[in-house]
Amino acid sequence: MISGLRRFGLRVQAFLRPSHTNREIEREIGAHLDLLEDDLTRRGMSPDEARRAARRALGNVELTKERSRDERSFPWLEDARRDTARLLRSFVREPGFFGVAIVTLAVGIGATTAIFTVVNGIVLEPLPYNDSERLVAVLHSMPGVDADDAPLSRAMYLTYREHARSLEAIALWRTTSVSVTGEGEPEQVDALIVTDGLFELLAVEPIFGRTLTAEETAPGGEPSILLSEGYWRRRFGGEPEVLGRTLRVNGTDRAIVGVIPEGIELERQRPSLYLPLVIDPATTRVGGWSFPAVARLRPAVSLEQAGHELTSLTSLATETYPGIPLAELEARDFSTYVRPLKDDVLGEAAGALWIVFGTTGIVLLIACINVANLFLVRSEVRSRDVTLRAALGASKGRLARQSIVESLVIGALGGAGGLALALAALELFLAIAPAEIPRLSNVSVSPRVVLFTLGVSLVSGLLFGTVPAIRHARRDVASALREGGRGLRSRGPLRSLFAVSQVALAFVLLVAAGLMVRSFQAMKRVPPGFHEPESVLTFRLSIPTSEATSGEEAARAHERILERVAAVPGVEAASAATSVAMDSWDSWDDVFVEDFPELDETAKRFRRFNWIAPGYFATIQNRLLAGRDFSWRDLHERGAVAIVTENFARELWGEPRRAVGRRIRSDEEYPWSEIVGVVENVHTRGLDEPPPSLIYLPFFMGQFWERDFAWRDLRYSVRTSRDLPAALVPEMREAVWSVNRNLPLYDVMTLEQILERSMSRASFTLVLLTLAAVVALFLGMVGVYGVISYLVAERRREMGLRLAMGARPRDIALLVVRQGARLGALGLAAGILAASSLTRLMDALLFEVRSSDPPTFGVLALALGGIVLLASYVPARRAAAVDPTEALRLD
Amino acid sequence: MSSRKEHRVELLQGTLDLILLRALETMGPLHAYALAARLEQASDYPFTLNQGTLYPALIRLEQKGWIRSAWQKTENNRDAKYFSITPAGRRALTRETERWRRLRSFVDKLLLESAP
Repeated sequence: MISGLRRFGLRVQAFLRPSHTNREIEREIGAHLDLLEDDLTRRGMSPDEARRAARRALGNVELTKERSRDERSFPWLEDARRDTARLLRSFVREPGFFGVAIVTLAVGIGATTAIFTVVNGIVLEPLPYNDSERLVAVLHSMPGVDADDAPLSRAMYLTYREHARSLEAIALWRTTSVSVTGEGEPEQVDALIVTDGLFELLAVEPIFGRTLTAEETAPGGEPSILLSEGYWRRRFGGEPEVLGRTLRVNGTDRAIVGVIPEGIELERQRPSLYLPLVIDPATTRVGGWSFPAVARLRPAVSLEQAGHELTSLTSLATETYPGIPLAELEARDFSTYVRPLKDDVLGEAAGALWIVFGTTGIVLLIACINVANLFLVRSEVRSRDVTLRAALGASKGRLARQSIVESLVIGALGGAGGLALALAALELFLAIAPAEIPRLSNVSVSPRVVLFTLGVSLVSGLLFGTVPAIRHARRDVASALREGGRGLRSRGPLRSLFAVSQVALAFVLLVAAGLMVRSFQAMKRVPPGFHEPESVLTFRLSIPTSEATSGEEAARAHERILERVAAVPGVEAASAATSVAMDSWDSWDDVFVEDFPELDETAKRFRRFNWIAPGYFATIQNRLLAGRDFSWRDLHERGAVAIVTENFARELWGEPRRAVGRRIRSDEEYPWSEIVGVVENVHTRGLDEPPPSLIYLPFFMGQFWERDFAWRDLRYSVRTSRDLPAALVPEMREAVWSVNRNLPLYDVMTLEQILERSMSRASFTLVLLTLAAVVALFLGMVGVYGVISYLVAERRREMGLRLAMGARPRDIALLVVRQGARLGALGLAAGILAASSLTRLMDALLFEVRSSDPPTFGVLALALGGIVLLASYVPARRAAAVDPTEALRLD
Repeated sequence: MSSRKEHRVELLQGTLDLILLRALETMGPLHAYALAARLEQASDYPFTLNQGTLYPALIRLEQKGWIRSAWQKTENNRDAKYFSITPAGRRALTRETERWRRLRSFVDKLLLESAP
């Protein structure tokens, strides 16, 4: 025990004083040899013979020294020290090699880490709730009316809450936007209307105060409200005495009862306020599918079991509540299902993110191949040195380890650089990421990300470090020495394989980016249903009942504001509508057509509606194909009028003109509305979706949900001749406030921005894929150039000989270019094979382009082929310029 | 040549320490070369002992405090490092010898019992 400790101490000492240790060992072995020699000479050997015999008797001197050093100190520490020292010497001697290797790797690792950070934060990390894997979204599927993810109706919620045994709890929620008036400037904020029990279900505790009670969500309950932490800090400066104070929301004073921590993200937006969703069982009907639902499964209940049980409760709901009868639900193939809340929150974002992650992985692979290539070149150059050390007795294991240590260190440095790059790239990513991507705020560099980077660095280090290491280990010292240490001929094929795979991988990325570009172009070619969107400013404006009690007053307020807005200098036209183009406000309802009562029986009855003010089509420049626009007189007289889109008119009456004068309505109780005009189709669900048939009604109607009904929350659109529509905002605000100072403008966007936002997922993926493809192309080109240059250098003598024998420089150049062409052709062939199967993964992201689009493949193959030829042309010229006499003189 | 090889003894792992300690105890201070020479003489069969392999073992023993070393002149006036056994080394030798005996008798017994 003591001797062990003592030994440990001495070893540490020896490690700390390596030169002393080494001298001691040298001296001892020297003395030993001397003694041996003396002895042998005494026995009659000549001094020369004696020296050789002494060496033989002692064995491998270097090995003895090495083993003795190992014994004296800690071998692994000793090795690490020597490897590090050697590495540092290499760094100084070959800054170019290490610089390029580390930077190349850092780019690859940086890109991969950045995207992994995003994938981790958004897709991999669990939702920030306790036991979040038991949280589910509850949805209805109604294939009969083409709906596969319809939200719940109140009747279903009440039924499930009472009877569903597979659920521990269920809650409804709905996003809305409310005005806050009173002290200070009026503002419009995002809010969530929720049933009681939502926070308990999510296991979210209020920071202080309490959550909503059952009384508050029942009819006649006290008007109360919860603040989000962020809103509480912003509006009340984080003051704790906020409880019990009131907030004027949509004109109603509501008592503040609690503050909810940040982090609840059921939809993209983060709500500022939470209001009670009041449900009156007495007036509840089956129908009105408009409330998203979240539930907590009981432990050990599967998604299928829950869906099955909820579907079985359908008849109970139709028996308990009036509204749509069971027979009709059955005709729609009605069923209920649940899916993990996370899937619901992520939506389609996950797929696009994984694809982008995959492409950065390919970039990393190309980078690794490049570095492996560098290593090969270098081992070529150093092979004499290595061979010599092997001959002197350095063990093969040591030599192999050295090159692995080297690559691991490069991997680690590349990883560190990559992490730094990733942080920068992440900033960029978050800046350009569309707001539609969920959970963006959850994206940050977590321990898992650092672990990932570490893993990637080590794996890539091993990936490119192993090849040269294996080479060293296999080396036969004697034959290598005979070759004059100039290396092994067999490197050629391996390096060519590298070049071929780089071309192939780069091609895959190019095709991916190319397909996105083609989709994007296809989208751009689609006429959206409006023109010059860059000159149209839009904003939302809501008139709460506190400011205008009746529908008629609200309608008049909108009319007066529109007059003021239109009078602002530079404004060419102004109007308002519940939804402008693809601003994601959707309303669907049944439609009854006088001429086609049989529509009643079919699913085709379900159509999209938009309620507008006069002048809407002129403002967004949507063409009127037949008939006329609404007039203010229509509204004043509560005229039952409607306008339909071209596709609706064609579907029912064959041509737009014949639709004018026909009559439709959205409820059998309502009077018929006469179609007065037919307008151009609008792609309201994004350019990549076909335009839905659309029915326009005036935003103020004599008979709708109630008598004299007006939509209070409208999106204004203002066409201006000014260059910068956004500069109009202050004047717009003045115009609105000249009518009513309590009305906030919100959600200000140009029509062009609305259009861009609807394409944001596509453009975002496009940008990232293109970036990846450009980096891949660059790295691939460098790879091909390097390989051809190497092959040229290797055959320099042969080239000289050919020239000396009378070959023309042109022939030589051709010879080299042909070599490049062969690599390119092989790479392209492999790339086309790989791409045609891999791009199938991105089908969901493509629009009007097949993943095997021949033009994309063809053009890119030609382009990449050209680039490969170009990359081999430069070394080819160098080969042609070889001076035969000089080349032949090389040993 | 080949018959000679068959009679060579491979040193068991760990036995080299024991042999060196024993040699130093019986013969007093020696330098490494003399130790190697003695070992070759003492054995009926030649060891496959590469003289170089003595050094790591000597370093190990010295670091454990079982032997100590000093540079001295040889009879031929050469510099050489002499090794001698320490009291701790003697104690260790006793211990190791006992352990070796036990091991040997165990192996012998096993070999005899299972002899055909």
